[in-house]
Amino acid sequence: MRLPCPYCGVRDAHEFSYLGDAAPRRPDPAAPDAADAFHDYVYLRDNPAGAIRELWYHGAGCRRWIVVDRDTRTHAIAGATFASGSASGDAS
Amino acid sequence: MRSRYSVFSLLANALTGQKGWTPAWRDAAPKPAYDVIVVGGGGHGLATAYYLAKEHGIRNVAVLEKGHIGSGNAGRNTTIIRSNYLLPGNEPFYEWSMKLWEGLEQDVNYNSMVSQRGVLNLYHSDAQRDAYARRGNSMRMAGADSELLDEAGVRAYAPFLNFDDARFPIKGGLLQRRGGTARHDAVVWGYARAADKLGVDIVQNCEVTGFIRENGVVVGVETTRGPIRAGKVGLAVAGSTSRLTRLLDLRLPIESHVLTAFVSEGLKPLVPGVVTFGAGHFYVSQSDKGGLVFGGDIDGYNSYAQRGNLPVVEDVCEAGMALMPQIGRLRVLRSWGGIMDMSMDGSPIIDVGPLPGLYLNCGWNYGGFKATPASGWCFAWTLAKDAPHALNAAYRLDRFRTGHMIDEKGVGAQPNLH
Repeated sequence: MRLPCPYCGVRDAHEFSYLGDAAPRRPDPAAPDAADAFHDYVYLRDNPAGAIRELWYHGAGCRRWIVVDRDTRTHAIAGATFASGSASGDAS
Repeated sequence: MRSRYSVFSLLANALTGQKGWTPAWRDAAPKPAYDVIVVGGGGHGLATAYYLAKEHGIRNVAVLEKGHIGSGNAGRNTTIIRSNYLLPGNEPFYEWSMKLWEGLEQDVNYNSMVSQRGVLNLYHSDAQRDAYARRGNSMRMAGADSELLDEAGVRAYAPFLNFDDARFPIKGGLLQRRGGTARHDAVVWGYARAADKLGVDIVQNCEVTGFIRENGVVVGVETTRGPIRAGKVGLAVAGSTSRLTRLLDLRLPIESHVLTAFVSEGLKPLVPGVVTFGAGHFYVSQSDKGGLVFGGDIDGYNSYAQRGNLPVVEDVCEAGMALMPQIGRLRVLRSWGGIMDMSMDGSPIIDVGPLPGLYLNCGWNYGGFKATPASGWCFAWTLAKDAPHALNAAYRLDRFRTGHMIDEKGVGAQPNLH
C-alpha cells in the first residue's frame, strides 16, 4: 500500500505510522458530561466497513500528520490532506 | 438420528466402500421463531449453540451464518491452543478453555485433532526471563502448567533454533506442554454435528441484514432468508461485529484489523510444537501434513479486506529468518487474511446487553481460536442465565467506562498495538 503524502508525494506505507479514525474530537474536560464524553472519545469507534478518514504520521518523511481517505474493504485511497488546520483530527 | 463415530463405524464403512456415511448435520431452513438465535456460524457461535443445548437444555436454537460455517476466522487462523496468560481476568478463562479442549473429542464425538505438542515462548534477555517467570507463576496459580526452560532446556526441545544470534540470542523459554494445536475445520464441524444432534438448526447462507425491535427490545433479526424472531439474540461474528451493531446505532470499543497467516510447502518433521519468537512477533508450528504454519502482527490499520499487504509479509518472514535461518529457501504456499475484532484493551467481551434481548461475544483480537470452547461455554451460560459466569465476569462491556481494563500488553486504548 502507498499513501499520497500532500508534501512528499506518493510514498510506501512503511514510512508512516497509524493512529486511527480521525473522527473522534477531544471533548471539553470542564463540561458536565465530560466523563461520558471521554469514554466515548477514548474507547468507542464507528469502525466503518467502507470509507474512513484516518490519521497517519509520516515519520520517515516530512514528519507531518496527515488525514487519509481510505476504503477499509478494498484499501483503495481517495486522497489525503494535512491534519493541521480545520481538516480534522487532534494531532495538529 | 446420525450414528456415533467409532472405530467400528470406521471399519464397517471401510468394508462397504464408504457408502454408509450420512451428512454430519442438517442444512436447516430457518423457522419463524427460536428461543435463541446465535449470529455467526464460526467456532464460537457453534460452540455457544452446542453448550446452550447440552448444558442448559435450550434446544430451540438457530445458528445463522452468512456464508458456510467455518468460512470466516475459524478457517483463517494458525490453530494454536494455549492458556499462557498473565492477568487474573484472563488466565482462569483460558485455562478452562484448555480443559475443554482436552475433553472435546470425547464430548462431541468428533476427531478435532487436538494435539498437545507444547507451546514454547522464547526469551532473549534477563528482563524477559523475569517477565516469563512471573507469567508462568500466574498460570500455575490458575491451575495451568508451565515450565521455565533455560537455554539447555530449549536446546533439548528445539535444537534447530538460531541460539547464537548476535542481536537476540535465545536464553530460554516458557513452555506450556499442554498447549499445542487443533484442526480448525474439525472443531467447527465437530461442534456443528454435536449441536445439530441436540436439535440446533444450523442455517447457512443466511445473512443478518437488520434487527427487529419492539419497545427497545431486540426480538429477532431480518435476514436474507426472511425475518426470524427470537427470545434472545447473541452476536458471535468477530470482525463483523461493528457492521451488525451499526444497524442498532451502537458503537463499540472495537476496531477491525486484518491479520495474515502463512503456510509453507511440506517438510519432514522439524518443529516439535508451537514456537514463538520473543524479540519480534512470529509464531510457528508444523501441520500434520508437514507445512510450517506461521504468522505475526496485524497489518496495523483498520481493514475489512480479508487480505494483508506486503510490509507485514516481509516483517513476518524476517522474524522467521532470525529465529530459524534454515527456512530461507522454503517456499510459502499460501497466505490468508482474517478480520480481527481488536478491542481497546486487547481482551474480549462476553456480556449481556447493551440492549435488552441482545448479547455480545466479541473483541477476540487475534486470540479467538484457542478460546473457542470456553467462549461458547461462557456465552451459553450468559445467554441462559442473563448474567455472566465467574469465568467471564471480567469480560464486561462496561469495563471501559469503569476503568477495569484487562490489558495484557499494557499499551492502552490503541487496538493496532495489542
